[in-house]
Amino acid sequence: MRRATLLPLWLTYAFLYTPVVVLVVMSFNRSDSPYEWSGFSTAWYSTLAGDDEVLRGLANTLIVAAGATVLSTVLGTLLAVGLARHASRSRLLPALSVLPAVLPDIVLAIGLLAFYSLVSATLGLHSVLLAHTVFGLAFVTAVVRTRIAHVDPSLEEASRDLGAGEVTTFLRITLPTLAPGIVAGALLTFTLSLDEFVIAFFTAGPKDPTLPIVIYSMIRFGVTPEINALATLLLAVSFTVVIAAQRVSRLTEAL
Amino acid sequence: MPAREPFGEPGTTHAQPADLDSKRQQGSGVLGALRFRHLSVAATAAVLALLLPACGGDGQPGGSGPAASASLDPEADLRKQRLTVSNWDGYMPKDLPARFKSAVGTPVTVAKHSTNEEIIAKLTASADSGIDVAFVSGQYAQALAAQGLLEPIHHDLVPHLKNLDPLAARLAHDKGNVYSVPYTWGTTGLCYRKDLVGYTPDSWNDLLKPRAAVKGKATMLKTERWLFLPAQKALGYSVNTTDKQQLAQVKKLLLTAKDGLLAYDDTTFGDRLKSGEAVLAEAWDGWCPTDDKRIGFVVPKEGSDLWTDTMVILKSSKNKEAAHAFIDYVLDAKVHSWVASNIFYKVPNTAAMAELDPALLKSYPALAMPPEELLKGESAVDLGDAATAYTRIVTEVTAG
Amino acid sequence: MARRGRAAGRPHVRARIVLLGPGLSYLAVLLVLPLALLIGYTVFRRGRFGGIAYEDGSTGENFARITDPLYAGVLADSLRIAAVTTLLALLLGYPTAYAISRLPGRWRTIALVLVVLPFWTNFLIRTYAWIVLLSSGGVVNWALTGIGVIDRPLKLLYTEPAVVLGLLYAYLPLMVLPLYSAIERVDPRLLEASADLGARPARTFWSVTLPQTLPGVLTGCVFVFVPSLGNFVVPELLGGGRTVMVGNLIRDQFLTARDWPFGSVLALALMAFLVMLLMAQAWAGRRLGGR
Repeated sequence: MRRATLLPLWLTYAFLYTPVVVLVVMSFNRSDSPYEWSGFSTAWYSTLAGDDEVLRGLANTLIVAAGATVLSTVLGTLLAVGLARHASRSRLLPALSVLPAVLPDIVLAIGLLAFYSLVSATLGLHSVLLAHTVFGLAFVTAVVRTRIAHVDPSLEEASRDLGAGEVTTFLRITLPTLAPGIVAGALLTFTLSLDEFVIAFFTAGPKDPTLPIVIYSMIRFGVTPEINALATLLLAVSFTVVIAAQRVSRLTEAL
Repeated sequence: MPAREPFGEPGTTHAQPADLDSKRQQGSGVLGALRFRHLSVAATAAVLALLLPACGGDGQPGGSGPAASASLDPEADLRKQRLTVSNWDGYMPKDLPARFKSAVGTPVTVAKHSTNEEIIAKLTASADSGIDVAFVSGQYAQALAAQGLLEPIHHDLVPHLKNLDPLAARLAHDKGNVYSVPYTWGTTGLCYRKDLVGYTPDSWNDLLKPRAAVKGKATMLKTERWLFLPAQKALGYSVNTTDKQQLAQVKKLLLTAKDGLLAYDDTTFGDRLKSGEAVLAEAWDGWCPTDDKRIGFVVPKEGSDLWTDTMVILKSSKNKEAAHAFIDYVLDAKVHSWVASNIFYKVPNTAAMAELDPALLKSYPALAMPPEELLKGESAVDLGDAATAYTRIVTEVTAG
Repeated sequence: MARRGRAAGRPHVRARIVLLGPGLSYLAVLLVLPLALLIGYTVFRRGRFGGIAYEDGSTGENFARITDPLYAGVLADSLRIAAVTTLLALLLGYPTAYAISRLPGRWRTIALVLVVLPFWTNFLIRTYAWIVLLSSGGVVNWALTGIGVIDRPLKLLYTEPAVVLGLLYAYLPLMVLPLYSAIERVDPRLLEASADLGARPARTFWSVTLPQTLPGVLTGCVFVFVPSLGNFVVPELLGGGRTVMVGNLIRDQFLTARDWPFGSVLALALMAFLVMLLMAQAWAGRRLGGR
């Protein structure tokens, strides 16, 4: 009975990991065709390390992700607290705040392109950053709001009664209680932004592509084993980050 | 759920009970809130500030301003300028930017686009795309110029223009090279696996109405004008036709051809031919990998096009002198010859073509096609108001 | 929790501006305005070089055009593909989530992480991996030929099932997580009670677990359906341009054909479907929550 219950799990893992395994194996294939094996080699990793375009894309992606995370976290936390305290009866505002997360990314992408075109903005990393903040804001707000219930209002009252001003109360009582939610929201935004392709594709300037855009054009032009090396590295990094995060028990809870 | 201690050590933070009222009404309360409000106003302002400088780079709504192209300074210090060039992947020798930099001093960043439409979209989407020089096909250069986005080429800054084949200076999309300079030219035809197809194709109908061995393994180009080309030529029409009846016929033919296709492919058909996944592809002559002995290229008997890929300078460029220097550098016979032997496309530069290694011409017979032969092809021009009809048909054919 | 009954005075108005102001104005400018623009574009014509031709005046022709069976067909195809993907995700995801929930505590986290981990490599690369797997010279065909199941390579790539597979692969974790969350919350006492009353495990599942987890099922379905519907990368890479979904159409209208008005109408149609879907989910959620 036990085995039967676990069967779907193995099936899922097989499904999820077969392509990954293929990519990893192929990244060490000397041949540049994925359809034949001609010996073990780490040459593709060196090619990757020397590929300026990939490195620039990576740098751009990190800049955008970091910036969008910071902006989203600030705006989102404020918004979440504001919604809980001052708009608890409103149905529209919370819906609006979560709308970007629910909207298909392509709709958001074309909307932003239309907007940038309207204001004759120059496209570049900043246009992607602002675009990513739109959905980042939604996620941070949503996550922090789930945490708001934990904020004990009597503690805030007590703080005020003891003479602390609004800001102090906010900073020293509300925020720390919300911290797990804020961190989770920030992490979520960062992760989503790193991998985000569609919105970046529409809003990036031609000379500052993010890594997903670089990867997309590599794939469009056909198979290059560099991609396999890149995939393997990304996987290794994710794996490491996840292990590290596991050590921080707070994140398990946020899950 | 871990309990979080919101306070620091008890007793460290707060005022004595006696001071309660005054503290609450003045002091940190009001000031704190004011600072907070400033903070959020500042945050909102920061967001707007990020947007505003990016708005309307040069203040002109990218339009047909009569601003005469400011005369450029032939003595400008090119080392102080920086160039951003957008081109197809692999359409330029990888070391060309570095060579240009050591020759002239301007650093070059290369941006990539995979289709004409992609670069056009980026160039028209914002006032200043950051691109100085773009590589686009002739009819698209014509469209860009009609929208006022291109800087006219200052011939005095491009002395190597004289290297161009005289025929290349009179092409339909830009007679006299007013705003574009030809980089490569060629024709479109059928690229096929000699061993898998079983016969020598010689007509566009081999693609549009494929035989059994080919059915399901053919690919067509999807970039607008090239999607139309096989059908237009098979029916005997001009590639620039705007006749509604003719276009309806073209659309019908393209729709019936769809069943025989593996995919629409502008970028990977070479690999697909090599792997055998496709056996027949509509292809630009230089992109057909004829160095692989199993692969052949033929221009169908109904005729084909003469396409030209050109270099254009954007009016929004702040490095126009360097841009001209770049174009001039490319047109140098040795450099242009290096380009041709690197990317396997013909260049409209007689001196450059003469320098090509004969062995290369054997592997890539398309390179050996003389200009007169090439000029039998029909040049595509911008279609003006009929462009919308074309894009609509493309959507309707590919979406079905 | 709202603190009602406190004197609503200046501090509260100020706090309201400070807290709600930045976020809402950001959304107003970068979300509401763009969407409003799209809606506005739908009544104009494409400019000669693409974009919008305001000077040509307004027209309803874009709306007329979308009723063409060609586009209705694409929309229907998209809905079908997204629905099939969602169903498969549910069929695979539910047992998976259930299995994870039955693991001892420490293993659960690891199991969950393993489900999510591939999600953290780049989405495009994961899709590309399926190209390698499914092409006629690729791993799947090679394996099948190797074991002797087939003689000639199957055409797996550039078909609709390949697109479904790609979408399933992309979004399966989004089904598993909410499902796990819902299953885990089922009160174990209810399960005990059911067993005590003599129900066999299967019966307990159908009568107790499943109904209790329906809201999670709905959430998971929405999480998979919405991105699948609007996706264009998977149909493009795995469908070879032959399987066209609404996302491809929209992208083409905006970046290739540059017929922004028509693209906006398509986007509007997509949004309309999703609004209906979400309303249905909310309604279903309320019905179920009322039990």
